Amino acid sequence: MNKARSNPLNTLMMHGALILYTLIALFPVFVILINSFKERRSIFREPLALPNAESYSTIGYNTVMQQGDFFLYFQNSMTVTVASLFFVLLFGAMAAYALSEYRFRGNMLMGLYLALGIMIPIRIGTVAILEMMVATGLVNTLWALILVYTAQGLPLAVFILSEFMRQVSDDLKNAGRIDGLSEYTIFFRLVLPLVRPAMATVAVFNMIPIWNDLWFPLILAPAEETKTLTLGSQVFIGQFVTDWNAVLSALSMAILPVLVLYVIFSRQLIRGITSGAVK
Amino acid sequence: MKRNTLTLALATTALVATSAFAQDATLTIESWRNDDLKLWQTEIIPAFEAKHPGIKVNFSPSAPAEYNAVLNSKLDAGSAGDLITCRPFDASLALYDAGHLADLSDLDAMSNFSDVAKSAWQTDDGAATFCVPMASVIHGFIYNKEAFEEIGVEVPTTEAEFFAVLDAFKEDGSYIPMAMGTNDQWEAATMGYNNVGPNYWKGEEGRLALIAGEQKLTDPQWVAPYATLARWSEYLGAGYEAQTYPDSQNIFTLGRAAIYPAGSWEISGFNAQADFEMGAFKPPVQNAGDTCYISDHTDIGIGMNAATDNPEAARTFLTWVASPEFAEIFGNALPGFFPLSSTPVELTDPLAKEIVGWRGECESTIRSTYQILSRGTPNLENETWGASVAAIKGTSTPEELGQELQDGLASWYEPQQ
Amino acid sequence: MNRARIRWHILVFLAPAVIVYTAVMIWPLFNTLRLALFSVIEQERVFVGLDNFRTLFFDPIWSEQFWNALGNNFWFFLIHMLVQNPIGIALAALLSHPRLRFAALYRSAIFIPTILSFVIVGFAWKLILSPIWGIAPSMLDAVGLKALFAPWLGKEEYALTTLALVSVWQFVGIPMMLIYAALLTIPEEILEAGEVDGITGMAAFWKIKLPLILPSIGIISILTFVGNFNAFDLIYAAQGALAGPDFSTDILGTFMYRTFFGFQLQLGDPHMGSAIASAMFAIILVGVCIYLFGIQTRMRRYQL
Repeated sequence: MNKARSNPLNTLMMHGALILYTLIALFPVFVILINSFKERRSIFREPLALPNAESYSTIGYNTVMQQGDFFLYFQNSMTVTVASLFFVLLFGAMAAYALSEYRFRGNMLMGLYLALGIMIPIRIGTVAILEMMVATGLVNTLWALILVYTAQGLPLAVFILSEFMRQVSDDLKNAGRIDGLSEYTIFFRLVLPLVRPAMATVAVFNMIPIWNDLWFPLILAPAEETKTLTLGSQVFIGQFVTDWNAVLSALSMAILPVLVLYVIFSRQLIRGITSGAVK
Repeated sequence: MKRNTLTLALATTALVATSAFAQDATLTIESWRNDDLKLWQTEIIPAFEAKHPGIKVNFSPSAPAEYNAVLNSKLDAGSAGDLITCRPFDASLALYDAGHLADLSDLDAMSNFSDVAKSAWQTDDGAATFCVPMASVIHGFIYNKEAFEEIGVEVPTTEAEFFAVLDAFKEDGSYIPMAMGTNDQWEAATMGYNNVGPNYWKGEEGRLALIAGEQKLTDPQWVAPYATLARWSEYLGAGYEAQTYPDSQNIFTLGRAAIYPAGSWEISGFNAQADFEMGAFKPPVQNAGDTCYISDHTDIGIGMNAATDNPEAARTFLTWVASPEFAEIFGNALPGFFPLSSTPVELTDPLAKEIVGWRGECESTIRSTYQILSRGTPNLENETWGASVAAIKGTSTPEELGQELQDGLASWYEPQQ
Repeated sequence: MNRARIRWHILVFLAPAVIVYTAVMIWPLFNTLRLALFSVIEQERVFVGLDNFRTLFFDPIWSEQFWNALGNNFWFFLIHMLVQNPIGIALAALLSHPRLRFAALYRSAIFIPTILSFVIVGFAWKLILSPIWGIAPSMLDAVGLKALFAPWLGKEEYALTTLALVSVWQFVGIPMMLIYAALLTIPEEILEAGEVDGITGMAAFWKIKLPLILPSIGIISILTFVGNFNAFDLIYAAQGALAGPDFSTDILGTFMYRTFFGFQLQLGDPHMGSAIASAMFAIILVGVCIYLFGIQTRMRRYQL
């Protein structure tokens, strides 16, 4: 080890820079959280002060609870995210298996065709997607969102999963074939469990954009019963824009589930990014 | 005579039959008035349901900025509600032309409204009316009475007095003279240009002349309001360029600003949030004794989805909306939305009373850009938003703005070419 | 292999993904390109060829907005390239330092903004920068720089840059993570070999690590490009569909949304919306091709 690397001054500066940036990253979230617990006048008078006995108030949360159906929104977001991830993983893994395991005519072409979507954002096709959803009566149903997110997630899923499936040993699969297992059983029983880490990577990659998307819920499913949490909080903020207590509380409540999910999955997410992403 | 009786008999049986069907119908109302959700649920709908057992009503609003887009996609998808809250003029006309709104001309209760009230929801030739008028909103200024007393200024009636009051507040420094921002753009056009403008273009006279192509947006009466707006900037709060509409509302209701260029729809919200006494004054005239003009804009109506499964129940509801009873409930539950019904309604809110009283003193008009002139691209209403902001910020001169708007309008509107 | 036996299981494995992907992504994509060639005249959809594009590019009313949005989009992208990626690389370089304490903690914290939705980010920053609420002005005041404060989001000259920086704040976690991952894969031997040659500290970063992570920087650049030319949410959440003040924050995404759905009294026009979407498609395609055929191949060669 050289001197420069262990120089205490250098270490101090590095920590200084990182702490500074961490503060910048967390500051807005902090401001919103503390102010959501204060009454209206203190929010304006001293926005940076912590809530104290005098300024403490949960009136904003009461309004949110009464007005917005946040539980329903949360449920919708959950349904859409989980269902989309399920289909992305299932269909993606199946296609990836077909592409990596079997040699057939058009294999390469099919792989390229499926990879096309990695670079082209699905939003470009919005006009036609809406027409199609209207024609099939799927507008204002969660299925519209699930289909779109599944299609959106598939290209990258196929790409990453087929890379991993190539590494699964042939001996294992052949042993299965000799035992008379069908191709389906081999896939579901032998191969899928082995690529679980890669599936987790794909899942975390897709989770955040699906959960946070505003565009498609706004266009395909804006009805009250199908609002996602992101759209619900956007609409809520639009409605209660003058009532800052309510807005800040709504924002805090929208931040909370994401933070919890993040804490649960952050190791998986970071491992996913640092292992699978850079090919 | 005989045939008439027969038709009548047939109609009666049909009516009986359909009203039997109408039992247990559920009507869904599409609306952008999500702020009024509570009110519909606790006051308006129960009053209707008490009178018409068997018809259930469900109020399902979406956010104002997204209403038009959301409604269109629902109508196309066939998932829209039975009753549709109507924006005035061209937006609803387009829905009628596309076959989404039913013709309501034969609804008897339509006779409860004046032609002016109905004009916002009629075809150009007046042959078909497709929405029942609900309410109009009036522009003016709401002020903080305590602040006015503290500084010792009187309510202004002329423009000179108006600016003198603003100067007095500016000199004193303890209040922001006027709460308005340009961030959301529509504030400047709606509460600014269309608020003070009618006094310059003489209300309906100027508006109709513009539609007929007899006046141009470069004429002095259309340019002068921009010059007036340009003078406002020095009385607005620091950083007004990034001040949003809710910011303005908060500044005023927190007692930080003295005057709020308003629409009457603010009243119920302000009553709830401000802890000082408020008053209102109408847009100042140029010289004492001039006729005053106010923007009394037909803003909200309600129509029937042509594809509804419950047309009879929907018509029953619309007939009720057209009745004086509804006007009374609606007008008092939402002070600031003034019922359009020909039968006068007794309002209890003092501020709403004060504002609606202007109807007797001034000539009423509607916003200049809403009828016909916003049918093409560029859309005059949206252009006016940008122009009003530019006038206040001083990025263009009033003459340049007038020329720009005129060019845009003339590019697609024949009478102006 | 045997005589033309159809291996059904391949079909079964491929079918769901291919069907959903084709039906919901590829087909609408081409349908959108097709819709751009139509227009509604007197309530009927008629084929108009390239008329919509002629309107978009040459009719002053439309072209002015289009070029404005495109220009803004490039500026938005440039800010990301000049600010987000260098900061991301710097943070990654610091984090990958061996024996740095709390690295995992910093990493997780700095990544938090990336997981927040645009709605939250847009609104939070709007509040902080608001001249009314006063957090930004009072903080600047505290360090004696009050004079520097301006209502940034309300000024034509600053609004777009401000929003681009907010977006940078939100997404800096992505380049940070990807570069961090790339830095971890650099074999220790290479660095030690460098040390033997006297290349240490900053010099080691510039001369050894940076060239090795160039491919990752290439990937990040193209991801940033695609993301930026497809952006919509943050601008919509912060400034609304009109992308004020005076369209100074209008980018292709908001322009397309406004055209497609209409705004206030302006009626929506799906065909012009499709035309704008097609233009976006072309721009992204060109960008991706430049990357694939120009930059990536050259970088590979360099690496070897």
